[in-house]
Amino acid sequence: MVDATHGPDAHAAEFPDVELYHPRSWWTRYVFSQDAKVIAIQYASTALAIGMLALVLSWLMRMQLAFPGFLTFIDAAAYYQFITMHGMIMVIYLITALFLGGFGNYLIPLMLGARDMVFPYVNMLSYWTYLLAVLVLVASWFTPGGPTGAGWTLYPPQAILSNTPGQESGIVLMLVSLILFVIGFTMGGLNYIVTVLQGRTRGMTLMRMPLTVWGIFIATVMAMLAFPALFVACVMMLFDKLLGTSFFMPALVEMGELLPHDGGSPILFQHLFWFFGHPEVYIVALPAFGIVSDLISTHARKNIFGYRMMVWAIVIIGALSFVVWAHHMYVSGMNPYFGFFFAVTTLIIAVPTAIKVYNWVLTLWRGDIHLNPPMLFALAFIVTFVNGGLTGLFLGNVVVDVPLSDTMFVVAHFHMVMGVAPILVIFGAIYHWYPKITGRMLDNTMAHLHFWVTFLGAYLIFFPMHYLGIMGVPRRYFESGDISFQPPSAHDLNIFITVMALIVGAAQLVFVFNLIWSIRHGKPSGGNPWRATTLEWQTPETPPVHGNFGRELPVVYRWAYDYSVPGAAEDFIPQNQPGTNPPHSEAPRKRKGTKP
Amino acid sequence: MSVVVMFFAIIAGLAGWWLARQRLTVKPWLEQGVIEGVPDFAASRDPAKRVGLGFLLAVIGSLFALLTGAYFMRRELGDWQPLPVPPILWFNTAMLLASSIALEWTQRAVRQRNQTQLRFGLVAAGLFAITFLAGQLFAWSELAASGYLVDGNPANSFFYLVTGLHGLHILGGLVALGWAGIKAWGRGGVDSVRLNVELCATYWLFMLFVWMVLLSLLAGWASDFVAFCQQLLS
Repeated sequence: MVDATHGPDAHAAEFPDVELYHPRSWWTRYVFSQDAKVIAIQYASTALAIGMLALVLSWLMRMQLAFPGFLTFIDAAAYYQFITMHGMIMVIYLITALFLGGFGNYLIPLMLGARDMVFPYVNMLSYWTYLLAVLVLVASWFTPGGPTGAGWTLYPPQAILSNTPGQESGIVLMLVSLILFVIGFTMGGLNYIVTVLQGRTRGMTLMRMPLTVWGIFIATVMAMLAFPALFVACVMMLFDKLLGTSFFMPALVEMGELLPHDGGSPILFQHLFWFFGHPEVYIVALPAFGIVSDLISTHARKNIFGYRMMVWAIVIIGALSFVVWAHHMYVSGMNPYFGFFFAVTTLIIAVPTAIKVYNWVLTLWRGDIHLNPPMLFALAFIVTFVNGGLTGLFLGNVVVDVPLSDTMFVVAHFHMVMGVAPILVIFGAIYHWYPKITGRMLDNTMAHLHFWVTFLGAYLIFFPMHYLGIMGVPRRYFESGDISFQPPSAHDLNIFITVMALIVGAAQLVFVFNLIWSIRHGKPSGGNPWRATTLEWQTPETPPVHGNFGRELPVVYRWAYDYSVPGAAEDFIPQNQPGTNPPHSEAPRKRKGTKP
Repeated sequence: MSVVVMFFAIIAGLAGWWLARQRLTVKPWLEQGVIEGVPDFAASRDPAKRVGLGFLLAVIGSLFALLTGAYFMRRELGDWQPLPVPPILWFNTAMLLASSIALEWTQRAVRQRNQTQLRFGLVAAGLFAITFLAGQLFAWSELAASGYLVDGNPANSFFYLVTGLHGLHILGGLVALGWAGIKAWGRGGVDSVRLNVELCATYWLFMLFVWMVLLSLLAGWASDFVAFCQQLLS
């Protein structure tokens, strides 16, 4: 982020807050920076860059499924490596890192009226540990045997057996990379949580925080408690792989040879993995929920419907998501009563989630809807999340899950609900906050092209995939060959999906081009182009300089959603604007409960 | 998994208790004007650091709760052969306890603004902790020498895993303690190190507690206790 209008040390000495860190050189300003905004951009750029790699991997997989043998360098081993890396990168290194490391770092201090995170140095370490984790992951391509092909769930025993690609060193690097990610994330997560709890400006009570912050806050708390499970699983698997222990590895005969392992439990790994893995779904969904609430409210010029309910729903979803993990393990041979318990908890989560969806729709109801790119993406998210959630009701039931479990239906379900949906929010959020980050608007034509191709294309990819799944087309297969139960039309559908995937992927290049092009050529945006109420739009400079708010921190006088207040001069009242809302006759309820 | 469930029930209870006091039932759309009661970060960063440590301990607690859960699940699988507890563990436990007591004593010295005692306390705590770590390494070499290798039996593997991870956490604590030491010998005086000592003492107490739990696990009492509870229930 280059700010040409302000000298580097314009504000360095002005703040009364002596403990604020001040950069002294180019290196500490832009590279080893402790400013949350710079760290946010570092996180986001790294995540988007590694995400492009995962996108290309998905292209290659689709090519193999539609045109087997066309790309000769894709053999079975390569295919499994692509699957593994695509899944792991997208879930952990792209979406989690971008939502929490990217948006969390940028938005938490700005939205709460803080100068920075509470532990800036630890925050910086968090990014560099994350980058190291990414580099270790990428490094596995350059080792003998390549990256691991164990699938993103890394289930033992196959993850470390000799016929799995990448078992020489790829799996070790993968586990080390995950361990580093967890350590790095814990450092960042401490910052996000403690900043929300302790770093808010005067008047910013918890119930005045924008829902974006609520979503990121609860997601971070969940991540802090859930990631240790991944950490433990990875460390124990490293022991199994490198030291020959038998935490997860049962007695096995491989190529006629008895392996040193004995008596371990692969199911133990599954429990640990999914104890992390299911909260992970909501770790990416809750920030998306929060951001979408803010986008919808701002671009429909209406206060969010049921703010309290939205907050409670976020908290309840966060808590419930810790007691549903075994619904990923219905086919692991567990006790049917367990399955029943986990099916019940799984379906209960639909209640708070549905409350959120209704509230979004009711926020839109009779709103002044501006169909600009952030709003389009937000609307697309709601539709997509509902669609993905509905197939979740299928899969949450044990009897339906068992036949569908190993089919493309599951692939379609989780891509809709935790792939496409959160990424639509990421796009919407980038279109929304890019003007604040750079001071310029993204190009609108390119944005609309990007939106329509991505949104319609994603449906054309993943809707047909449900049908493939119901037909019984298995997932994870390198090639299906001549299987009698698959009609020829299944293959035609596969070709169609691949063509759509290539087109949607290409549309992302338009987005990346727009991001880079608009830094210099975009329309200047001014400080508050969306006429929004939250504090990040009220900074004296755009982009916000070091310290965010100039000499005085803003004081908060109202909640974050005072849009279209009847009788007010403008259709939005910023959070830091003093004074009470004008009384008016049409809404008598507003006056009844007013506390002195 | 019952250990994990218990741990998370405690965390959920704490979170619920805290949330219940946060006025989550107010109607923010009706309230205009400044509402006081938000922590003033510019005035003091100490509360933020305390809260930060609290969450770090929750994460570490989650880590060891999950390890304990895994320990019990793996233990049920039949090939488990408990290993003898090396006697030096008792000495190590005493060292960790002494280290923790030394830090409590240092805290008292800070309150009395006694710089000599403060420095002495920090050195003592550090030395005791280092002795603890050395003792743990000795326990490893002793076990290895008598044939209890890491890949021999899951009981051995767990022993090395949990003591290793616990040791790494003590090592991390020693870095923080070293930082407190640097400040104690610096020009800032006793007051500058007050919070460091306080946080270290809390961390040490927590790691001592974790060690007690782990030791009861490794010595087999925890298993006896669980078996006893299961008997009561069935």
